[in-house]
Amino acid sequence: MSQQNGIMGWINDRFPLTETLEYHVTRYYAPKNFNFWYYFGILSSVVLVMQIVTGIVLTMNYKPDGFHNVNGIPGAFASVEYIMREVDWGWFVRYMHSTGASAFFVVVYLHMLRGLMYGSYKKPRELIWIFGMLIYLCLMAEAFMGYLLPWGQMSFWGAQVIVNLFNTIPFVGEALSVWVRGDYVISDATLNRFFAFHVIALPLVLIGLVVFHLVALHHVGSNNPDGVDIKKHKDANGIPLDGIEFHPYYTVKDTFGVVVFLAVFFAVVSFAPEMGGYFLEHANFVPADPLKTPEHIAPVWYFTPFYAMLRATPPMFGSAFPGVIVMFGAIAVLFFLPWLDRNETRSIRYRSKAFKIWLWLFVVSFVILGYYGIQAPSTFGTIMSRICTLIYFGYFVAIWFISGNEKTQPVPDRVTYK
Amino acid sequence: MSDLNQRGSIDQSALDVNRRRFLTNTAIVVGGVGVVGLVVPFASTMAPSARARAAGAPVEVDISKLEPGQKVTVEWRGKPVWIVRRTEQSLADLPSLDGILADPNSDMAQQPAYAQNATRAVKDEYMVLVGVCTHLGCSPTFRPELAPDDLGADWKGGFFCPCHGSKFDIAGRVYAGVPAPTNLVVPPHRYASDTVVVIGEDPEVA
Repeated sequence: MSQQNGIMGWINDRFPLTETLEYHVTRYYAPKNFNFWYYFGILSSVVLVMQIVTGIVLTMNYKPDGFHNVNGIPGAFASVEYIMREVDWGWFVRYMHSTGASAFFVVVYLHMLRGLMYGSYKKPRELIWIFGMLIYLCLMAEAFMGYLLPWGQMSFWGAQVIVNLFNTIPFVGEALSVWVRGDYVISDATLNRFFAFHVIALPLVLIGLVVFHLVALHHVGSNNPDGVDIKKHKDANGIPLDGIEFHPYYTVKDTFGVVVFLAVFFAVVSFAPEMGGYFLEHANFVPADPLKTPEHIAPVWYFTPFYAMLRATPPMFGSAFPGVIVMFGAIAVLFFLPWLDRNETRSIRYRSKAFKIWLWLFVVSFVILGYYGIQAPSTFGTIMSRICTLIYFGYFVAIWFISGNEKTQPVPDRVTYK
Repeated sequence: MSDLNQRGSIDQSALDVNRRRFLTNTAIVVGGVGVVGLVVPFASTMAPSARARAAGAPVEVDISKLEPGQKVTVEWRGKPVWIVRRTEQSLADLPSLDGILADPNSDMAQQPAYAQNATRAVKDEYMVLVGVCTHLGCSPTFRPELAPDDLGADWKGGFFCPCHGSKFDIAGRVYAGVPAPTNLVVPPHRYASDTVVVIGEDPEVA
């Protein structure tokens, strides 16, 4: 029995409330030199909560119905228009949700770049990185399935292209894609199952993965911009000298960051929710038509780097499968990063010039691929995409060779404030 | 039974370990079979339903009003099917493209045997195609004009896929070096009369 009295004592005898709060928040010692890049973890959890809350509200009026109503409009498309025009503040919640999808990828991509720069994927944080990659995969599935729900032209044809990726798998592909669609074409059956995955199955997985991500993080402790291990130097009480309590120090810092983020976020929701066709594509304001592909189709911006790789890969042996392998391989290879990078120095601050050059080549090639993935196919775009695809994969090859015998600078004993 | 309440006093030699192991293994096997068996109904609910399987009746199309150079699109099994009435010129141009196509002789089984010929058609004038790109399923755009700016001086009319840039000639034959690996599919079709084509049925063998 605990020594505490009152309500807290009563609870703590039955549930480890104080213990859990201390372990994860008030006595969680984070390095004191966190910089700007350390906002994006908390921002992604803010967006996650926002997506769940807005999503629940949206399901109260949305109908996953692929059949035409009496006005000749597909039910799902009509229900989204209903939310936009007739539900009080429905437009606001819907734009929060659609903008939230893009915002999610903005903060997650920056969060991942932070990890690449400061070596946050290295021992002993490999599992944090892997859980993070699984979150990223889950997020992509969420975004893809969610995009089908408004049942616009882009919804339909985007899903058509992505589901047909399964078709290219030798031997079983055809049967597999029929099973995924639940029909021979994208139809009401497909819409309903994507709805089920989008609102129930994947969010459950996502939340579980986020818990694993944080439990693993709090077990080994946070990395920092210097990549030094703050647990090496502790005071008499066993508290890291370079560590400060997450609460109140980082909760205050994060609150500031969250408010700035939300100010920008709601400016977008209010003034540019379509973001000129990048967040919500123009063709998606036309109901799905299975007989007519829009003149120009491209996925939403956060998928375009991988889409550019798919387009850049020529068919081989009469099959489009190689392109699919390249596209999914680009994501799969990231899982192996903790073992491809063999150097023990974590932070980019103390690593060799070669590493720095390759990391920025990797980032630039990813952005260029994203650009050409949005553009209509062209000869020059294909050449650029091919070059950038090679650089993208080249990074992982280069990092293996560079890190084997790398000339790094000495890592300081304690954190710095550069 | 009192020895069960005090674990320390259990007489180890009196335990029938084999019996325990047998029960454990039996439970695992029976339970495992049950779990595997459960996969079947759950996976089956995701396959096309009886209604989806039944849809797909043949479609009759009246082509009497189709002018040379025109295309009509009909829906068959939820997919677009095109019927193009080709001009004399575009038929004459077909052999000239053979050198830049991936499968000019339609060797791959993308058409019924009765359409595996130079024009990929039952009647040379009418081209019947499933309007679904063999790359990733977009519906290509009909581009009958000659040598437009974006498709180059050698373009003799055909289909261009806006999604990934695949090109097909007016017989649905795929160009070499584009993402689509194979020619467009010619669906089973027959002529019920001179002006009516039935999509989804093979010709009756005479």
